[in-house]
Amino acid sequence: MTKTAKFILFFSVLVLLTLGTLLVAPFIGMTKVTVAMLVDPSYEGIEKDIFWRIRIPRTLVSFVAGCGLALSGMAFQAMFRNPLATPFTLGVSAGASLGAAMYVRLGIIFSVAGASGISIFAFMGALLSVALLYGLTTVSRNFSTATMLLAGVAISFFFSSVILFTQYISDHTQSYRIVRWLMGGFEVSGFDSLFNMLPFVVTGGAILLYMTKELNLITTGDEIAISRGVDIKKVKNVIFFATSMMVGGVVAISGPIGFVGMMSPHICRLIIGPNHQHLTPATLLFGGVFLTVCDTIARSVIAPAEIPVGVVTALIGGPFFVWLLLSGVLNKGIFYDS
Amino acid sequence: METAIDVKNIAYDINGKNILRNVSLTVRKGEYVSIVGPNGAGKTTLLKVMAKILPKNSGNVFVNALPLGSYSQKKLAKILSYVPQGAGAMFPFTVLEFVMMGRYPHLSSFTRISSEDKMAVESAMAITETTQFSENLINTLSGGERQKVFIAAALAQGSSMMLLDEPTTFLDPKRQSEINAILKSINRQSNVTIVSVTHDINHAIVSSERIIALKNGEVVFNGASAELLEDNNLELIFDIPFHYALSADRNQPVLFLK
Repeated sequence: MTKTAKFILFFSVLVLLTLGTLLVAPFIGMTKVTVAMLVDPSYEGIEKDIFWRIRIPRTLVSFVAGCGLALSGMAFQAMFRNPLATPFTLGVSAGASLGAAMYVRLGIIFSVAGASGISIFAFMGALLSVALLYGLTTVSRNFSTATMLLAGVAISFFFSSVILFTQYISDHTQSYRIVRWLMGGFEVSGFDSLFNMLPFVVTGGAILLYMTKELNLITTGDEIAISRGVDIKKVKNVIFFATSMMVGGVVAISGPIGFVGMMSPHICRLIIGPNHQHLTPATLLFGGVFLTVCDTIARSVIAPAEIPVGVVTALIGGPFFVWLLLSGVLNKGIFYDS
Repeated sequence: METAIDVKNIAYDINGKNILRNVSLTVRKGEYVSIVGPNGAGKTTLLKVMAKILPKNSGNVFVNALPLGSYSQKKLAKILSYVPQGAGAMFPFTVLEFVMMGRYPHLSSFTRISSEDKMAVESAMAITETTQFSENLINTLSGGERQKVFIAAALAQGSSMMLLDEPTTFLDPKRQSEINAILKSINRQSNVTIVSVTHDINHAIVSSERIIALKNGEVVFNGASAELLEDNNLELIFDIPFHYALSADRNQPVLFLK
């Protein structure tokens, strides 16, 4: 099978999975909702509200968040030419979490244009860490990718420590709220959450879909990319911008959710190869489907209680990923050193 | 002959250390020029400055009589290609995908690959004898095969000048000879101007029309290959005395250390 045929097949499967997931997920949950209830205009039960005002937006929010996280992971892996580079590992999520923790500790409550204070603080934190990471790449042109990665990991540790400190000086209630937010989740997602997140993910995603050729060349290293005609500085600026938009937009709503960003691009790359013209659309749908499925599991297995979705992504994703790594399929490798 | 690349009084330094100082040289169209010199002489840096990968501190480089600054990276890539000394880690692209990326300067974001692009890639792969590896993953190739693929990708750019950084280093004699034959054919048949950094002085003397030697960031020799053997030019460049003899069959000079 040619690579293009493989991509078409895989992408078709993903499209079907997307449709299937988005259609089925809202019907799953403790309260039983049937199609009959929804189509009957005279039906007055609570089920209609649960379906339209809680489950539908939540399904869509988790899908969009998955798209955004997976795409930003893919972009970071390409840009840093490293399988472990994601906004999560490089401190962008930690920055967002710090913002949220500070907001809770400060105990102030405000909102701007429909966006809640915690979202705004989280977004500012994400921007702060991206700015730090971004600043380091522009300040010193002699920074190698490995140095950049270490800097990102250092940023991540630094922010995590400040979060722990913030939590330590908080009272019990605040401390619990911080821990809960750090676990990540979509408990309070309504349509306003969706509309808060969507513009960020759509803009960032569109930029990446437009830059697939540049993403390919960036993975071959700066020198080759430049000599093929890529304006590397401009391209990296744009990728940083697109990625921080998506991570900021998503993390502000859902808290830091790990694993989607690292795993989705890897799995897609293993199936259809590293060509970003195929990889980008595939990763987008894969991330969306994966996170929606995880969130549906998270809110239904111990209903009426919920498992934090971050726990589910790691519980399902972790072993699956290790299995993929160990199985023969992956012998062709994710990445190689010359 | 027309001038392809004109380097005028280039200087480049990192943290106050002069890597290149006052380097001037010209490369004419269709020429095969080798750059030799001891490690740390600034050969790779010179190549990267010429390819606009590194910025120069002073002086200027003219490509087809226009200053390098007036070229966008994409416009330059249509005229000049660069084969690095060895790329680091890379995702497992197929050889065909990698060579096709050489067409980047000719494509805009949403254009489909045209028949012209396909032809350029096919011919580049035919010249470099890499057609049979098309569907292989780039990380499964041997060193020699990989080097050919890198040359194919640069060739697919369709540029009239190619800069190469030690294209035969780390290869066995047979692969070295194959790469050299490919470069010769690119130069003679496809009329591509070649500037190649090399440590293989014997081959440089045989293959190139002109040799430029760098030492401590300065040009210390610039002339016809035969002249390099005269006086004690080589000893001045490499700080070690050389002997040479003429090979019995082809009357070619063969260098060895004293």
